[in-house]
Amino acid sequence: MSDQERADAHTTTDEPLLSVRDLSKSFRVPGGKGKLSALDGIDLDLARGQTLGLVGESGCGKSTLARTLMMLERPEAGTVRFDGIDPFALRGKDLLKFRRRVQMVFQDPYASLNSRMTAGDIIAEPWRTHKGLYKSKADRDMRVRGLLDLVGLGAKAVDKYPQEFSGGQRQRIGIARALALDPDVIICDEPVSALDLSVQAQVLNLLNELQKELKISYVFISHDLSVVRHVADRVAVMYLGRIVENGPTEAVFDTPQHPYTAALVSAAPKLEAAQRGERILLKGEVPSPLNPPSGCRFRTRCWKATDVCAQERPPVALDLKVVGHSAECHHPLTEDQPALSRTA
Amino acid sequence: MTAVAEHPPAERVDADPALRVEGLTVDIRTITGTVRAVDQVTFAAHRGETLALLGESGCGKSMTATAVVGLLEPVAEVTSGSARLADVDLLAVDRKKRRQMAGTELAIVFQDALTALNPLYTVGTQLAEPFRIHQGMKAKEAKRKAVELMARVGIPQPEERMNSYPHQFSGGMRQRLLIAMAVALNPRVLIADEPTTALDVTVQAQIMALLKSLRSEYDMAVVLITHDLALVAEEADRVAVMYAGSIVETGSVAEVFADPRHPYTKGLLNSVPVNAERGAHLKSIGGAPPDLHSIPKGCVYQARCPLASDVCRSTRPTLQPTGAKRKSACHFPEEVTNV
Repeated sequence: MSDQERADAHTTTDEPLLSVRDLSKSFRVPGGKGKLSALDGIDLDLARGQTLGLVGESGCGKSTLARTLMMLERPEAGTVRFDGIDPFALRGKDLLKFRRRVQMVFQDPYASLNSRMTAGDIIAEPWRTHKGLYKSKADRDMRVRGLLDLVGLGAKAVDKYPQEFSGGQRQRIGIARALALDPDVIICDEPVSALDLSVQAQVLNLLNELQKELKISYVFISHDLSVVRHVADRVAVMYLGRIVENGPTEAVFDTPQHPYTAALVSAAPKLEAAQRGERILLKGEVPSPLNPPSGCRFRTRCWKATDVCAQERPPVALDLKVVGHSAECHHPLTEDQPALSRTA
Repeated sequence: MTAVAEHPPAERVDADPALRVEGLTVDIRTITGTVRAVDQVTFAAHRGETLALLGESGCGKSMTATAVVGLLEPVAEVTSGSARLADVDLLAVDRKKRRQMAGTELAIVFQDALTALNPLYTVGTQLAEPFRIHQGMKAKEAKRKAVELMARVGIPQPEERMNSYPHQFSGGMRQRLLIAMAVALNPRVLIADEPTTALDVTVQAQIMALLKSLRSEYDMAVVLITHDLALVAEEADRVAVMYAGSIVETGSVAEVFADPRHPYTKGLLNSVPVNAERGAHLKSIGGAPPDLHSIPKGCVYQARCPLASDVCRSTRPTLQPTGAKRKSACHFPEEVTNV
């Protein structure tokens, strides 16, 4: 099947481009006993040309999930299907071919670019590994210039070094490098959090335009809820290695089902007074992933917690009003949703 | 749930401010010449209110704070201006007097609590220090005060935790420790330099609630230095917007954010992805702030300003009243609405 046929086949089905089921990953802690549970039973779908926002606080597993999707970590359990393929079963040439399709944009545009390489060399570097693309030097040069134009830097930036660019311009180089392999998915790990507000808006605009033009999917990791709200079609909220709520962006932010989502949304400062509700101040801090709480992982900070939360893992509660919106909670915030058992 | 913000009564703002900074100018010597990092900055902070110094990286907001508290690096130098607190000019006093005032009159909370705390001493020892040094307390008594203080800022089991070292605390708890040290001696003015930037939002909410309640408890003036517009909107009473070393607009947060009179303020507000439809084009500010080595003659914002005209290129605008209690450094404050 050619790329085109494959793309056509998928426009006619609703099958997600990337599908993750029951993914778990833990790390051995040096010297210590026991394991740090970084991801625990993650389910996730990403549609073609769409943006999935991943929100949660430090240590919740966002970056481990991103690294697993990049195949930089091997999951202990669970499945990843990318366009129907299990990437972790691939070897050799097939694996290399696959890696091309998922690329990454990093948080720190100062640390993620080699200051001894020119912008052009940085963007062309992925082709040294993926030799099949842009074989002739003329092709490569043309493509580098095309990419620099695409990200708004202009072809004359090709011979400059990273330190000659501002933070926002550097992030554009990072985006051009990710685009060099014509990926289907770009994982953006806090791509604008190191940038000033006015520059952040420029980079968000660029990411949006690129998505419209190239039909790329983004996994967009950010702690800034207003940014996620602006870019994401769907949002997954993570807490201590689990996705506790998942759904269309508006539904998750406007009618959160999980107490943690509600607390997170209420804690984020808002510019407009009209958008501020009553602030929910959570007690304490995130427990250690070395020894996560039994039952519901959020129960130690939850104001709705009861005995059942300590004893049993919470069921999936569906939002009856919004298709595809669900939360894992014994006591979801709106009453009219049926709880599915975990085995269902 | 937090207490509702108590805004100071209007007449208090007219009374003598707790801190009055006037014409503060800071130069930095670099290999490529001297640059002006802070240029003629003037503001006042009143007891019981929060004044935000708002701006993007490199605008001089932190440099302003470090100059006021006397912690400038040796390469930086205050070349003019005054900072009056309790009838004393902080920029003119000798080291001894300044040390007396540190903590009792003026305190600062930094962004990075881990580097601000000494890793080699227990937090109990560090928290007891202000009481021992300034109030001459005996070690035992000072430690008792330290425990009280830890309890006040919400550190669980303070008796046991006071024997722990800074690295044994989480980021939020470390920030609470710093705040505890800062308010230990009941200062008039508390400068908070990006106090929650390194923290998660739910922890940020806890810390801001703590600062707010301490502000009313101790009747402090809080100077909040931040780049976060939403934080300013929620936490501050008044705001001074800084750009390239200068204050370009100042006034009550409600007025300035609802109806900005400087195109930079307007540009910042437009850049926040808030009301915009998902994926809609954000009105970003084109270009980047000027290099401090080559601040243009005339208005500092001219290169990025849609209103810039000849007068902006030739004459630097000064802060002029644009309302009862607000000022803008723009030649065309009335036209900002249309930007």
